[in-house]
Amino acid sequence: MSTLYGKSEKRKVSRIGLLQAGEGRGLVHPVDEGLNEGFDSVDHAVCNAAAFAYPKSFVPEFDLGSLTFFAGFAGILTALKNSVIVAAMTMVMSIAIGAPAGYALSRFDFPGKSLFRLLILLTRAFPLPLLALPLAVLFIRTGLDDTAFGLALVHTTLAIPFAVLITFSLFSGIPIELEEAVWTLGCNRLTAFQKVVLPLILPGITASAIFAFVISWNEVFAAAVLTIENRTLTAFLLQNLDTSPLHLKFAGGFILVVPALIFIFAVRKYLFAMWGIANR
Amino acid sequence: MAVIEIKNVAKRFGDYQALHDINLTIADQEFMVLLGASGCGKSTLLRIICGLETATEGEVWIGGRRVDHLAPKDRGISMVFQNYAVFPHLTVFENIGFGLRMQKLPNDEVKRRVERTAELMHIEQLLKRYSGELSGGQRQRVAVARALAMEPDVILMDEPLSNLDALLRLEMRAELKGVLAESNTTAIYVTHDQVEAMSLADRISVMHEGRIVQAATPVEVYRNPAERFVAGFIGNPPMNFLPANFVDGGKWQVAGQTYDGPAEANGPVEFAIRPEDIAPSDMGLPAKVRLVEPLGAHLLVTCDVDGAMFRAVLESDLQVKVGDLLALAPQADRIRWFDTTTQLAIA
Repeated sequence: MSTLYGKSEKRKVSRIGLLQAGEGRGLVHPVDEGLNEGFDSVDHAVCNAAAFAYPKSFVPEFDLGSLTFFAGFAGILTALKNSVIVAAMTMVMSIAIGAPAGYALSRFDFPGKSLFRLLILLTRAFPLPLLALPLAVLFIRTGLDDTAFGLALVHTTLAIPFAVLITFSLFSGIPIELEEAVWTLGCNRLTAFQKVVLPLILPGITASAIFAFVISWNEVFAAAVLTIENRTLTAFLLQNLDTSPLHLKFAGGFILVVPALIFIFAVRKYLFAMWGIANR
Repeated sequence: MAVIEIKNVAKRFGDYQALHDINLTIADQEFMVLLGASGCGKSTLLRIICGLETATEGEVWIGGRRVDHLAPKDRGISMVFQNYAVFPHLTVFENIGFGLRMQKLPNDEVKRRVERTAELMHIEQLLKRYSGELSGGQRQRVAVARALAMEPDVILMDEPLSNLDALLRLEMRAELKGVLAESNTTAIYVTHDQVEAMSLADRISVMHEGRIVQAATPVEVYRNPAERFVAGFIGNPPMNFLPANFVDGGKWQVAGQTYDGPAEANGPVEFAIRPEDIAPSDMGLPAKVRLVEPLGAHLLVTCDVDGAMFRAVLESDLQVKVGDLLALAPQADRIRWFDTTTQLAIA
C-alpha cells in the first residue's frame, strides 16, 4: 500500500517514535527525547504489571496515568481534531443527502421505490477492504487523498443508508394531514416543511446526525488507508497502539469507546424506533 | 361568499376510475353534505375542490374563479381534517392563528380573531395548551376554530366528527351547525353517517361508485330517492323492496295484493316502502314474523313477505311474536316504484 502514497515517510517516523516510546520504560530502552515529557510522570512498569496480572483483582486500580499520557502524546490532538472535522462533515453531508431521500420515500410514490430502498442498503453490502484500493487510486487521482473531505465522503456513503432509513421512519411518523393542513393555511411545500415538518422532526434529525457522527468516528479502515498525515483518531491509535505496551492499548481503546458510548446513549430511542422496537 | 361549481370532474388513479363526470353546483352559504359509503369517491371529490388532489378532467370554480390550477392556499378555502391535524409543536393559540400569521396580519388582529373564534368554539380557556394536553373533542374544536379564523369563502370538512365518541359527536354536530350558519360560509361536509348528513345538510349529494346519484334536500332524498341505491342506503333500516307484476290500468300486484302504480310497464318493476310507513291492518301484505327487536319507542319487526325479507317499524305496544302472521298495509302515498333494469325511480 505504501508505494501508492509516496508520503509514507512521515508514517514510518511516527511509528518508530511510538515504538520507542512504548517500549521505553518496560524494556529499558533509551527513551526518545521528543516524546518523553508527560511520559515520565507515569510509572509504566506498574501499569504494565497491572495489565498482565493474573488473577485480576475484583477492585481495579484506578489510575489516570495512561490517559494523561495519551492526552500529552504528540499528534493526538491533531488526530482528535481530524476525527471531529471528518465526523462533522459526515454528519452534515449524510443528513443533507439522506433526509430528502427519506422524505421522498415516505411521501411520494414513484416507480422503483422498493428497489431504491433495497439499493440504499446495498451500499453497505460491499466490504470496505474491497473498495479501499480503487478508492485510494481514485482519491489520489482527484487529489482527495489524505484530506478530511475525501474521508468524509467515504464515511458519508457508509452513513447514508442509516440517515435515509431513520429519516424515512421519522417522516412517516408525521401524518400527511398535518402537511395538507398547512398547505390549506397559506403555505407552499417549502414553507410548510419549515413551519411544521421541520420542528417536529428536528429531534429525530439530530439523532440521525449523531448516528452518522458515531459511524464516522468509529470507522477505522478507510481512515487508515486513505489518510497519512491527516489521520483521524481511530486510524492514529490503530497505527500507534500496534506497538505500544498493553496498558496503553487499553487506555487508547477506552478513549475511543467513550464518545461512541455517549452518542449511542443519546440516540438510543431512535435506534430502537428504527428497528421497530417500540420504546416510547 | 362563494358559489362552487364542479364541471365534468373525473378522476382516475391508474386504471381505477374514482370519479365519473361529476357536475354539481353549490350555492353561496349552502351547507352541502357529500354522503356515501367508503370508497365512493366523496373524499376524493372534496380533496379535488380543496386542491390536495388534481382532477384528471374537468373544472372547479369557486366564487366565479376557475381554481383547479391554483394551490390550496390560493383558493379561499379552509379545511377540517378527520384526524384534526392540530400541530403538536404549537399552542392552541398559535394553531388557530397559524393561517393568519401566514397572511402576515398584524399581531393585534391575529389576537382578536383567534380569541373570537376560540370563544365561538368554547375553547378560550385552552389557548395556552398544546395539542398533547387536549382531548379528542377539544382538538376537533381547535381544528374547526383554525379553519373559521381564516374567514374563508368555503369551509371543507372531511368526516370531522367520525373520531369522536357518540355523545360528543351529537353535541358537536349541533354546535357545528349553529356556528357555520352564523359564519356565512359555504360548507362542504363529507360523511358516511346518514344521520349526520340529514341533520346538518341544506342539501345532500348521495355518492355511489364515483357518481352523484342524487343531490337534493334531506327530506327529498329520504322521501323520494332518485335511485334504488339511495332508497337502500338512506334510512335505518332502509326501504323494503318487493317485486311487482303489472295487472293493467296502473294496477300492480305485490305479494298477492294490488296497489296503484305506474300507468305502463316497461320491463320489471319493484315496489318500495319505508319500514315506518307500514301499519298492521286487516288487509295488507301477508307477513310471517321472523324476528322482533324492541327499540324502545318502536318495534323493529323483520318478516318474510313472499319469500323476501321485509322490515316494519311498528308501535311498541303491539303484541307480536316470532311466527305470527301479520297483514301489513303500506301507506298509499309513501309507496315508491323503481325500474329494476335502470334502477331509477318511476315518477
